[in-house]
Amino acid sequence: MAILTLTIDDQPVSGTETETLLEVARQHGIEIPTLCHLDGLTDVGACRLCLVEIEGASRLQPACTTRLQEGMVVRTNTERLQRYRRTIVEMLASEGNHHCAVCVSNNHCELQDLAYTVGLQYVRVPYLYPAKTLDATHKDFVIDRDRCILCSRCVRVCHEVEGAHTWDIAGRGIGCEIISDLKQPWGQSTTCTSCGKCVLVCPTGALFEKGATVAEMEKRTEFLRYIVNARQRREWNPDLLHEE
Amino acid sequence: MKPRLATVWLGGCSGCHMSFLDMDERLIELASKVEVVFSPIADVKTFPADVDVTLVEGAVSTVEHEEMASLIRRRSRFVVSFGDCATTGNVTAMRNRFSPDEILHRAYVELADGDPTVPSEFTTIAKLLPKARPLHEFVRVDAFLHGCPPTADEIWLAVSSLVEGRIPELPNVYQRYG
Repeated sequence: MAILTLTIDDQPVSGTETETLLEVARQHGIEIPTLCHLDGLTDVGACRLCLVEIEGASRLQPACTTRLQEGMVVRTNTERLQRYRRTIVEMLASEGNHHCAVCVSNNHCELQDLAYTVGLQYVRVPYLYPAKTLDATHKDFVIDRDRCILCSRCVRVCHEVEGAHTWDIAGRGIGCEIISDLKQPWGQSTTCTSCGKCVLVCPTGALFEKGATVAEMEKRTEFLRYIVNARQRREWNPDLLHEE
Repeated sequence: MKPRLATVWLGGCSGCHMSFLDMDERLIELASKVEVVFSPIADVKTFPADVDVTLVEGAVSTVEHEEMASLIRRRSRFVVSFGDCATTGNVTAMRNRFSPDEILHRAYVELADGDPTVPSEFTTIAKLLPKARPLHEFVRVDAFLHGCPPTADEIWLAVSSLVEGRIPELPNVYQRYG
């Protein structure tokens, strides 16, 4: 496979045509913030946090779904991109009901971490305080849609890795919500295997284990690399379960 | 003349003020640097004029809070959102999915031990705004202290620069919601 060379943030880097800008950037120690991306799941470019500038392209492109091209000149952290990323986090904050102080995922939340990364002092758009629903009908888990940012990791892990496809996104625009089966209570789902993968990949406290209280819900996503590696390469490498 | 410091308690649990008191012996140093002209922990009835720095705890949740926010803004050089409720609404804003009438009914009728009655407007009960909202949605805010509550170290750092007339540049470690 041909090796392609390109420039990311003035740094010469190389990779193959099957790799994405995000993968290659991270291999070279260039951090681009993400929320919907998770190693082991198909990238969908949903959260728009990894948007980058590519010289010669009129529009910004998500690094997670953009493949390498020879000679690309990419910028990942310009003043404009920083401003857009902050705005995205502000809109995520205003469109949900995120009460960090009393959340199961307080201090273990990717959205909360991102707020500091982008320097979110306060939210400039009005908070919407939407009326969202909570479903605690499953015997082990709860979905609280107040904290959901619609990254669709749960939908993808359930479909791609577990193969059950219990989760989906219903609705349009700001009214979108995660539903189980055909919008039936999760506890009555005929497809859910209760494997808990959706809970572990959820970046916020939207999916959590019953019994967890404030700041107790820590998500571990290492299992995903272990399973995906085993499936694709038929190698069962326990080290993957312990690497950070 | 020493800088004039005020602290105000709107729709919050007073946890931010407890954290203020957690500055412990630094309070003595602070007292030598500033004059505390208004605070829930001082016996002052009306918000004075010519305040240099006002820390505002809590969300704007009642009509009285809204009037107070506007008064604070007119009379203060620096207004600071003091903690998560002032900055985001936080726990105080969890009531926002219900109407004020539903909330009063829940508190004074459904959960009443005896004589279940919603207090009339002639009593001292605060008149709730339709939603509890962060301070900066009502008035211009100059600085934000995150945390539920902000740590004593954060408050110390912020107040120390504010009384010298500077907007604090807090290290990232203090920029934590929750």
